[in-house]
Order: sequence, then structure tokens, then C-alpha cells
Amino acid sequence: MLPPAPALEAITTPSGFLLVPSIAVPLTGVVLAFVLGDRYVRLVAYAIIPLGLAIAVTILVALRQSAGPLVYLLGAWPPPLGVALRADGVSAVMLAATAVVICAVAVYAHADFKDTATRAPFAFWILLLAIWAALDTIFVGGDLFTLYVALELLTFAAVPLVSLEGHPDTLRAAIRYLLFALLGSVLYLLGTALLYGGYGTLDIALLSHRIQAEPASFLAAALMTAGLLAKTALFPLHLWLPPAHAGAPAAASAILSGLVVKGSFFIIVRLWFKVMPALPGLPATQLLAALGASAIIFGSVLALRQQRLKLLVAYSTVAQLGYLFLMFPLAFEASGKLEDGNALSGGLLQAVSHATAKAAMFMAAGSIYARLGHDRLTDLHGLVRTMPLSVLAFALAGIALVGVQPSGASLAKELLLRAAAERGQWWWAVVLEAGGMLTAAYVVLVLAHALVPTDGRIASTGPALHVRNIAALVLALCSLSLGLLPWDSYLAVSHGSVSGFFAVETLTKTLSSVLGGVVLAILIAPWPHPDAYLTRWKMVASILGLFQRSCHRSVGCLERANHVLCQWPAASMFLLILALLFGALMVGAHTFRPG
Amino acid sequence: MSTVTVFGLCAAAVASLGLYGLITDPRPLRKIIAFNLLGSGVFLLFGVVGRRGAAAGIGNDPVPQALVITGIVVAFSATALAIALLLRLFQTTAFLEPSIRAAPGDDPDRAAS
Amino acid sequence: MSIATVFEIVLAAVVLGLGVWTIVVPETFSATVGFVAYGLLVALVWVRLDAVDVALTEAAIGGGLGGVLLLGAAARLRDADLMAEKTPGTLRASAAALSVLMAAALAGAVLVLPDPAPTLAPAAVAKAGATSLSNPVTNVLMAFRAMDTMLEKIVLLLAVVGVWSLASDFAWGGRPGPRHEADPRGVLVFLARLLPPIGIVVGIHVLWAGADQPGGAFQGGAILASMWLLAIMTGLADTPSVSLRWIRLILVAGPGLFLVVGLVGLLFDDAFLSYPPALAKPLILGIEVTMTLTIAATLGLLLAGAPERSAQP
Repeated sequence: MLPPAPALEAITTPSGFLLVPSIAVPLTGVVLAFVLGDRYVRLVAYAIIPLGLAIAVTILVALRQSAGPLVYLLGAWPPPLGVALRADGVSAVMLAATAVVICAVAVYAHADFKDTATRAPFAFWILLLAIWAALDTIFVGGDLFTLYVALELLTFAAVPLVSLEGHPDTLRAAIRYLLFALLGSVLYLLGTALLYGGYGTLDIALLSHRIQAEPASFLAAALMTAGLLAKTALFPLHLWLPPAHAGAPAAASAILSGLVVKGSFFIIVRLWFKVMPALPGLPATQLLAALGASAIIFGSVLALRQQRLKLLVAYSTVAQLGYLFLMFPLAFEASGKLEDGNALSGGLLQAVSHATAKAAMFMAAGSIYARLGHDRLTDLHGLVRTMPLSVLAFALAGIALVGVQPSGASLAKELLLRAAAERGQWWWAVVLEAGGMLTAAYVVLVLAHALVPTDGRIASTGPALHVRNIAALVLALCSLSLGLLPWDSYLAVSHGSVSGFFAVETLTKTLSSVLGGVVLAILIAPWPHPDAYLTRWKMVASILGLFQRSCHRSVGCLERANHVLCQWPAASMFLLILALLFGALMVGAHTFRPG
Repeated sequence: MSTVTVFGLCAAAVASLGLYGLITDPRPLRKIIAFNLLGSGVFLLFGVVGRRGAAAGIGNDPVPQALVITGIVVAFSATALAIALLLRLFQTTAFLEPSIRAAPGDDPDRAAS
Repeated sequence: MSIATVFEIVLAAVVLGLGVWTIVVPETFSATVGFVAYGLLVALVWVRLDAVDVALTEAAIGGGLGGVLLLGAAARLRDADLMAEKTPGTLRASAAALSVLMAAALAGAVLVLPDPAPTLAPAAVAKAGATSLSNPVTNVLMAFRAMDTMLEKIVLLLAVVGVWSLASDFAWGGRPGPRHEADPRGVLVFLARLLPPIGIVVGIHVLWAGADQPGGAFQGGAILASMWLLAIMTGLADTPSVSLRWIRLILVAGPGLFLVVGLVGLLFDDAFLSYPPALAKPLILGIEVTMTLTIAATLGLLLAGAPERSAQP
């Protein structure tokens, strides 16, 4: 017989009703904006967004006072027949981060999408609210099929944002994004069919009690994981991301890169940590992290090779998404299960800090593009004099990404390093450190171009908008100060040994990753550097040239490999191969389990 | 062989046919058709699962049935959106150049799917 | 082997054959035709699986309207077909191998599903009293999993927003799709005058029957949408401008009413999306009627495509 449902997860908790407006309010916004139409869409969005932010904050407060997670049974029907909403600390943090990023983007987009009877503002504001509703549903949804519908809602809201400008290139990017995302979600749906067939429920809490190590559940887990990875654009399934994220309008890119990819990532976390913590086994988690590590290397190196700022930032997203997957083997306990702890907290903090920092970065890049009419890196020389605030926002966001104290990324890194030390998996520590260096490399590259002095002034075509810069700056500062927040009420963070800001050790670590970044930037970036002053030291330059050439050769191989992986047949076959591989590893881990 | 076995095998075969088409056909519209076939296979699988759960005088568990109905509508919306994108691409490129042949899949940042 | 089993094997084989044809036939137009035929036969499979509600939906939306959508696109994209390059043979062989592996894994997983199968059918029947509707599928859609249904209405709405967002700027606010003209003495126009009254009656019946028998808002809406499309295709009606307030109201009426009823439930009854037992049936039927209209309008406009003609002639 099936074990009885745990009582705690099947009753509406006192403040559980708060979860309803977190979804219903943005949905109401979508409906109202659609009816009221062209001239009022922005007004509706500006009425809804503060309300949504208030709800997210209320949920944070309520969760702190509640003994366990917030639970709400929709229609008062208990699962498995009904659908429950549940919010634990992890959901609350993601809800709040989403609300903050959406607010900043709404401020940023104020001028771009004015209340006029035209197409773009109508679509943008409705889609923005829809993305919010979809993400909130993903964060609090307690049923795998509800998550599927929310995931599709997210895709349908994200794809038109890519092609908002209507150029053929962005249309192609949107088609590719849509088709690959659909492939991913069908595989997810296939997994849910198998799970329902095996256990008669799709409720996360019930499934976690019923699920067994059986062929159907292994296949379901593998298919769902692979499908969600395709939607998260984890290497080697990233073919759609750079053109889509670089082609969208800046405000949309900020949302797509900062938030949308986190939706499917969040479901993977739910799946592996909540639904089936005992199912994956160590080898599958190692594969996931290995993909993450490859993402960091490929994404960062390709970012360094881009000629356009927005593409650079998009490839940086490919790299940063890799970080999110390093936590899986580090959360694998001796009990043979994935468990909450430093690793999970580190991974989610990484997601939150990337959401804020990357949104800020895209906003800064968008301001630069809007002002100059282009974003060619080599033509950004002297930018700091023309657009000091945008460069500052980009720099702060970059510093936050690199993981300088007290940014969220630095705390995340520390938590992950600690987990790596506890598990004795030193190789992931190496990846984490190297990743910091690679991130520093492309941030330094952009700043070097922007800071290099020029004689002539940069020709600007667009107006300077301070509101935009301030929105980007605030978000970057947010990301930079995330490490100071009291996370322990929501995430499992052991605070004991967080090192001080100005400890010698911290400073040397930061300096070494920045210096390493400088060297990498010089070695890998393709064009003659803004480091023209180096030519004065001919010796150094010639030695450097030698290294540079050999570096370029190996980077050339990497680029060719990436080119192949970005072809549709290769990427979609990799998707299937990954699904089969995950399945095989999970089966293997259970067949050859020691003892 | 029971109904469930026959249609279960059929569902698996249809889904993998859809996968094959989605992977190999370079034409976006054919990919959309293949996606629909793949989706239909997945829905059939749900149907088989529901049929196995026939009980209480109902020949097919109503919950998977409801999920499939929702899924069909979502798949239809996806098809409509994808086709609208495709037609728009065709319009814009037909206006700019004689064909929509933009060397499919040559340049990862520009290629049509 | 009983006759029923033989019939099922033959049906499965034909369905599979049509699927293969759809994938391998060179011309896209033939592939779409194959897909429509496939959709109709799959509806039969659904009947054999004792899921008549799904069969109706599959025939109306999956095969029917989806087929119209694909056929229209195939006709408009006809010359794009010739230009496509072939995928290399090695790639196709490895894709085929992977797909076969996947099929084997799936088939294996389905065959070893537990026996007796877990099911929610008894639970759904036991709780049916709360809504006093006797079609269990409608109960699941409208009560137990109303959240999914509401979200899926928003998905449809977003698809409309997405399709409209593809209009060129000058056509924004205008009418979707090209203006159709048909020979006024042609057979199509004759059908377009004859069928809609019948279709509308059938659509409303399917909606109404959905409370207790197979049928419901989707199926009814799809039938209404196809009648509307027939009128549009023959030039008897034109697509409405997307900036019209009433068309927008109809498009959001379904999800909007759902939200309102849900919030009223949150404030005055047990929970969001709960219905007071006494009012459950009228409330659900009210939502379904509204949803049918919304679905008909949404499906019709999705088929019509992005606005192409400026609102001002």
C-alpha cells in the first residue's frame, strides 16, 4: 500500500493564501493590460508591479514567522486530486529576486516602451507581466504538470520578446529558441506521463514519498532533466541562447538572461532535491557538474572572442549558467541522497546574484547601444567619458559576477568551496577558482576598451537617459551587496567562518583572479588590444605574442567545436544522448551501489 | 496483446518518429509537424497510462485525460506561434532577398533553426 | 486473438504508417495532408482508449484546426521547400539510431509500469458530488485542476499576443490575415451559408453536453471557431481589427471570469478557485460558456495570423 500523505504538506497553512496573489496579481495585470489596450498597458504594469513587489516581501516576512513552508490547496482540494502551492525559503528568495529584477527592468524600460498605440509597448508590458506570473507559478507550484503549463507560459512569453524588433535575424533566433524549447518541454511532459503511470500523482510532496528506484522513474528523471537542461541552455544545449538574448531589446534581454532561464533551472533543483533526492546517484550529479564546468570554459572563452558587447554578455550567460550546476555533486551526502545544505544555498545564491548582475549588465549594454547606435567593442574607446554611469554600472555588475566581497557571488562561491572541501571533491574547487578568473577576463576586456583614452569624442546618436543608468546601477549594487543579507532564515547557510571583507586572504584571492583575468583577456581576445602601450616594451610583447599565437590556435579549435554544437542536428542529438546518458548513469549507480 | 500494449508500443514509436523528424529535417515547417507528431505520441502515452488506470466504472482515468486536453491546447498554441514566426520571417526575407534560403544552419548566430 | 485486438493492431499500424509518411515524404504539403489524416485516425485510437473527451479534442483541435493551420502555412511557404539542403546521411543514421533507442526505452518503461496501475478515477468519482457535474473529465478540468485550465487559457492569450506582436508596425491594430474572396456561386460559399447555423447548434450542444457526457468548452469552441473560419475563408465575414475593444473583451473573458470567480472564492468561500457546492454547477457552466466564446475567438484569430492590413484602408 502507498504510505499515507504527510499531514503537514496537505493542509493550507495560515498565511498560505499569500501564494495566490503572487500568481493572480500579475495574471490580472496581463488580462487588464490586454483589454485596456495600447494606451494603458504601461499604466497597468506600473500599477501591478509595486503590488507584486509588496506581495513578494510579505511572503518573505510570513515565511519567517511560519514554522514550515507556506502551503495552499487550490480550490481546497488536497493532492493527489487537487493542486497545491508551496513556498519554502528557496521559493521565497526566488520570488523576491524576481520581483526586484522586474521592478528595475520596468523602470529601465520606461522610455523604450512608451504608452503609444504601437505594437512593441503593447507586447512588451503584457509579456513582462506574463513572465512574472509564470516564474511565480514555477517557484510556488507543487505539481509537476502545473509546472509544465507554467514552463510553457514562460516560453510563450519569452519568445515574442526575442523577435520584438522584427528583423529577420531576430525572427530566426526566435524560431530556433521556440523549437528547441518545445523539444525540451515535450521531453519533460514525457517524464511526467511516466511518473503518473508509476505513482498516480504528480504532486511533488506525494511523489517524493512514493518514488522508487525503478526503470520508469529513471527514464522519467532522465528525460525531464534533459528537457529542462535544453530550456536552461546548459552547454552543449546552448545553441539558441546567444542569438536570442543578444537580439532582443535590452530590457527584454535583461529579463531573458536574468530570469527566464532560471525558471527551468529551478524546476531541475525541485526535481533533484525534492522529488527524487535518492534517485540520481553520484555519477549523474558529476555529469551535471561536468557539463557546468564545460559551460564555464566554452562560454567564457567565446565571450572573449565576441566583437559585439551584447553577444559577449550573452555568452557570459552561457558560462554563468554552468556555475549553477556545480552544486549538484557537492550536495550529494554520504546517505546517497541530495540534501539541503551549503551547496544548495550556494547554487541558489549564485542564481540570484547572476539574475541581478546579468540584468544590470544587459541594461548597461543596452544603454550603450541606444546611445551609440552600435555595440562594437573596438569602437567603445573613450566611452567612460561619454557615458560614465553606464560604464560604472557595467563595471559594478562585472565585479559582482567575478565574486568580489561582499557580492552574492562571493558568498555563493564560499559556500560551494566549503561544500567541496567537506566532500573532498577538490576538482570543483579548481573549476570555481578558474571560473572567477575567466569571468574577470571578459569584464576586464570590456572595461579596458571603455577606459582607454582616445583623442576624438565618441559620436553619440541617441539621447542620454539617466533613469536607465540608475536602474542598472541600483541592480548592480544590489548584486554587489547580496552577501550582506541575512540569508540564514531562508537558506541553509552556516555563517560561522565567513571571512571578513578586508582580510588579507580575501584581498589576495580577489587580486589573483583579476590578474589572472587580465592575462587571459590578453591571450585570448582576438584583436590588437587597447594595451597599445605594451608595444613600448618590445621584449614583453614578443614573448606575449608567442603565447598569444598558441592560445589562439587552441581557442580556434574550441570555436570550431562550438560551431558544430550550435548546429541544430548536433544539439538536438546531444539532447537525446544526454537523456540516455543520465538514465544509464542513474541505473548504473543503483545497480553497482557499494554495500 | 492487450489494448494497452498495442497502443503503448504505438505511442513510443510515434514519439520517436517525431524525434527523428525534429532532429533531421532542416525545414522549419517540417520540424513543426514533427513536433506535433512527437507531442501526439506523448499524449498517447498519457492515454495508455490513463487506460491502465480504468476504475470506478470509468474506462480511462480522468486526470490524465484532462492533462492531455490541456496539453493539446498548449501544443496547438505553440504551433500557431511557430507558424506565425515562420510566415513573418518568410515575409521579411522575401522582401529583402529573393529567397528565404539564408544558408540554414551555417552561422550559429544567424541561422534559421 | 479477438477481432477487437486485430482491429487495434491494424489501427496502430495505419497510424504508424501515416506517421512515417508524414516524416519521410519530400513535399511539405503532402506531409501536412498526412498529418491531418493521422490526426483523424488518432482520434479513433483515443476512442479505443475509452477517452472520448480527448478524442473530440484531438479531432477538433489537433487534427482539425491544427491541420488547417499547417496546410495554410504549407501553401504559403511552398517554394521554401525546394531550397532546403539535405541533412547528411551519417547524421540521419545516427539520429535514427538514437530515436530507436529512445523508442525502445519508452516501450520498455511503459510495459513494466506497475500492476494494478495507480489511478485517481475512484477519487474523482467520489468527489464529483461537490460540483454536481457527472462528466469526470470536466470535473478535473474545471474543479480539481482548475489552476492548470486557467493557466492554459493564459497560454492561449499569450499565443495571441505573440502572434500579434509579429505584425509590421504599419499594420498594427489592423485586420489579421489576407482578405479572402470566393466565387459567390461556388460550393464553398454555399457551404459557408449552410453550415454555420448547424455548426453553432452542434457547438453549443457539445458544450452543454460536456457537463455530463463527453464534450465541453474546448470541443465546442473549436467547432464554433471552424464555422467562423469557413465564413472568413469564403469572404462572407472579415477578420476583426485587433484594436477593437469587443474582440479584446471576448479574448480575455474566459481567463478573466476564471480569475474573478477564483478571487471571489478566496475572499468569500474556502479557497481560490473553490466553488460553493450550491452554486458549483451554475458557476462552472457560466465559466464554460464564456470560455467557449473565448476559445472560439482565440482559435479563430490564431489561425488568422498576425495583423497584415492597416486598420485604415
